[in-house]
Amino acid sequence: MCMKLNFEHLQSAHCENGVTRSLLKNIGINQITEPLAFGIGSGLFYVYIPLLKINNGPVIAFRPMPGLIFKRTCKALGIPVVRQKFNSKQKAETFLNNCLNNGHPVGCQVGVYYLTYFPKEYRFHFNAHNLIVYGKEDDNYLISDPVMETVTSLNSYELERVRFARGTLSPRGQIYYPQAGAHITEDQIKKAIVSGIKKNVREMLNIPFPFVGVKGIRYTGNKIKQWRNKLGVKQAGLYLAQLVRMQEEIGTGGGGFRYIYAAFLQEAYAYHPIDELLEISKMFTESGDLWRTAAVQAAGIYKGRITSQEDFNIMGNYLIEIADIEYKAFTALKNIKWA
Amino acid sequence: MKKEDVPQDLSSLGKITKEVCYATDKSGKYVTELSKGWDVKITALDTHWEEIEQRIAIAKQKVLNHEASPLLFFMEKNLMDAVLLAGYAGFWKWQVKRHLKPGIFKKLNNKKLQRYAEVFNVTIDDLKNINVHEA
Repeated sequence: MCMKLNFEHLQSAHCENGVTRSLLKNIGINQITEPLAFGIGSGLFYVYIPLLKINNGPVIAFRPMPGLIFKRTCKALGIPVVRQKFNSKQKAETFLNNCLNNGHPVGCQVGVYYLTYFPKEYRFHFNAHNLIVYGKEDDNYLISDPVMETVTSLNSYELERVRFARGTLSPRGQIYYPQAGAHITEDQIKKAIVSGIKKNVREMLNIPFPFVGVKGIRYTGNKIKQWRNKLGVKQAGLYLAQLVRMQEEIGTGGGGFRYIYAAFLQEAYAYHPIDELLEISKMFTESGDLWRTAAVQAAGIYKGRITSQEDFNIMGNYLIEIADIEYKAFTALKNIKWA
Repeated sequence: MKKEDVPQDLSSLGKITKEVCYATDKSGKYVTELSKGWDVKITALDTHWEEIEQRIAIAKQKVLNHEASPLLFFMEKNLMDAVLLAGYAGFWKWQVKRHLKPGIFKKLNNKKLQRYAEVFNVTIDDLKNINVHEA
């Protein structure tokens, strides 16, 4: 089989935004930029899962479950979606080939560990990455990975391996694409922006657990202050390194996500000329900057340059300050009177 | 973050691809800018890998001391735990835990060893003798 669908590769900051944007563009919906996909899909999230460990460190997530941004964005815009998981590798490949034969580039959830085109240092057992398959030449599938500058490829064995990665959030061959033929109006986008913001406000402010959303950020800040006594300087440093990796790594991101959200609010202003949106956008920029400042402080600790309790207090207080800013920002979003 | 402040510290990813960042231009409007990497991220990764290397070294010593089977070494080398390895090799977690004992590992038949060898991309001989081929 040899086929290459007409498909334009677009690079993005975050994989799932990128897949969403590119797949929508491919069916003729050009209005959805990366920030719009992120905002309509309510992409900001935070959870610190207590007691659980991953890679021998704390479990911290800055994003909703994989697949949600795509799902919510399409749903809010009224675009029907095809989505499938598989128990059989054989069936998963047949389904993929059929999609390609029918002219659909598809999104795939994959694990990063066996992703051969990533540098070794970045390959962990992390199963929430997304890429697009847009064709096949002999045994090679043509891949558009939104975090890469250019297109790449994986042979059928390599693709099967990443589609059937094991462990937490295993993709089980998950494939998805939006159905062609949908046409969206400006009015739909306006409504989708409002519903995306409202959902994100609820997720960051109203989930009644102390370790989720804005409260979760504050909770983590308080925890960090105890890490030095509880774990020792070395282990506490490793925990902070893990926080930074979760926060700033490709495809995920704490600081980076705030900037995308701030960009989203600026774009939302073009649809809803409400001055508060621009003001709140600035608050998210401020929060993003502070996440990055916190990462620099964390780096000082895990490099072993600064290791006193006071340094951990400063680190924890950054997160508490971030929580305060984001509480204000989300509350302001909640109180907007939409026309 | 302002556009001119987007960090450009070359990372190992940066040699392959630059990353897209959102940052503000002079008028405060968000635009995208490419980044080669950020020192803070690079050291977070380095720190993590140093820890992994240590765990691998400890595992290797345990194997050499006959306190653990070679599986432990390959498991750590592949950043896995017993649950994940069980998932990839098609065993139950308790089976993997048994196979981590040197005495029980020695009695495994080639069919079972082959399942592990495939997960780790090595031959059965390599698996037994903890030989690693760096890819």
